[in-house]
Amino acid sequence: MNSIAQPLKPNLLKIYLLESKMEVLKVLRSPGFTLPSLLFPVMFYLFFGVIFTMSSSMPTYLLATYGTFGVIGPALFSFGVGVAIERGQGWFDLKEVSPMPASAYVLGRVCTTVVFSIAIIVLLFTLGAAVGDVRLPRLDWLLLAVVLILGSVPFCAIGLALGLFLKSNSAPAVVNLIYLPMAFLSGLWVPISFFPEMMQSVANFLPAYHLAQLGLKVVGMDQSQNVWIHIGVLTGYLIVFTGLAMKAYYRKDKA
Amino acid sequence: MSGLTIAKIQNLSKSFVKLKALNSISMQLQAGKVISVLGPNGAGKTTLINLMLGRLAPDQGEIDIFGYQPGDINLKRLCGAMLQISNLPETLTIREHIELFQSYYAEPMSYQKVISLAGLENIENRKSKDLSGGQKQRLLFALSICGNPKLLFLDEPSVGMDVSARKSLWLAIESLKKEGTSIVLTTHYLEEADQLSDEIIMLNQGRIIHQGTPESIKAKTQHKKIRFTSNLEPHQFAALVGVIKVEKAKDLIEVQSNTPEKTLREIFSITSDIANLSVSGALLEDAFIALNESHQQQEKTIQNI
Repeated sequence: MNSIAQPLKPNLLKIYLLESKMEVLKVLRSPGFTLPSLLFPVMFYLFFGVIFTMSSSMPTYLLATYGTFGVIGPALFSFGVGVAIERGQGWFDLKEVSPMPASAYVLGRVCTTVVFSIAIIVLLFTLGAAVGDVRLPRLDWLLLAVVLILGSVPFCAIGLALGLFLKSNSAPAVVNLIYLPMAFLSGLWVPISFFPEMMQSVANFLPAYHLAQLGLKVVGMDQSQNVWIHIGVLTGYLIVFTGLAMKAYYRKDKA
Repeated sequence: MSGLTIAKIQNLSKSFVKLKALNSISMQLQAGKVISVLGPNGAGKTTLINLMLGRLAPDQGEIDIFGYQPGDINLKRLCGAMLQISNLPETLTIREHIELFQSYYAEPMSYQKVISLAGLENIENRKSKDLSGGQKQRLLFALSICGNPKLLFLDEPSVGMDVSARKSLWLAIESLKKEGTSIVLTTHYLEEADQLSDEIIMLNQGRIIHQGTPESIKAKTQHKKIRFTSNLEPHQFAALVGVIKVEKAKDLIEVQSNTPEKTLREIFSITSDIANLSVSGALLEDAFIALNESHQQQEKTIQNI
């Protein structure tokens, strides 16, 4: 056997940058994804948080929960549906046999999610401040934004695992079936304190509940649980679903 | 580099739930050669490629390519692959797709060279969704070569291409080969395999039924085809010396003979009413059909025992 010298390593940073750029371009050029992702949380917030508001604290409360609703949507759909579709096309297979590092694929989509999160947060915050009369210390605005952006990461992992397991034609339906009920049961649409006690305790198992509570803690309206419970549950979801995704990715014989 | 063994496959077997897709395959790839894997659907071609690409794990046997196991990132950096895929991200342009794939390699092929080998001039800024089937195939070819691969996998590369696109693909493959690229090709088009290959591996039901140069396979069927027009009926030629088969296609009578010189002499002795005469060697396609038939007969015999 002859031995060819070990091939040179490409510039990893350049791959990360290009992969992220292309991924963001790809999504920005698909209005079918962009518009609903941005408009749904903004529309809901406008109706329930600003127009039909029941108390003066409502716009502030719902800013945190619709912010949560807004950032987990793109995370679940970009990964869950996007990856399932590329697998269905065979495009994912081509990427997989190419020397693309798997980390680049994940990072590209995380970037897309972050871009969307920022856009949604900017829209919601503007709406809240301008129309909903939300007043927060400057640092709290920033903290809320950071919590929401970082908090979308476990949902990227959930989405990725779903995208690697689901078939492309059933993925949109399944992801919606997870996204919408989870959003409601986590108190993203209606404050969790309006729920019967039984439902409140069920919410403790849902990652979206814990991210919303972290956001609400910033504005001082949470259920007064320990902050580490929320961070712990979200980290748990991140670890478990990253593990599942890696298992699916490194499984051979997936053809 | 030519003549060096770059890949060794030994006793490779792979089964799916009920189907034995590959049955103890052994083969070698030489540097700078084009090797074609031919066979009917379900023969095991795609399974073989997927095993070499590390997408499947073998049940038995070993694959060693450039000293690496399939799936190794170092091996991927030495290879390029064109797979049969149904679609690619629609909203990126040809240029963007190629630039991204180039970044995966430390020493990619120059952008202009990729474009010209793949025949994508003037449509570089077109998005994938606006490409025809043949143009998409050319883009996939471009992505497979853009890393300057030492070993190139082409799975049915010319599907959906028109005749001129196919010819320019062949030219591109020839020129890559001249630069020392080794190529593994699967194809349905025997003409393609005949034109491009240094070696052909014929698979059927998971086994290699023949392996050799296109010439050696064609030589397996010794006969030649004698074609002409005549007012005589085809059956009048059937009894002549060396004749295996007589067929009539439109006006043309086609006589297959394993002693063409003797057959011709007899044809002229029974009639002078012969026009448009031509004699040609067997096409790879004929050899292929013959080999497959004989393989199936052997299988039957084995089963009967």
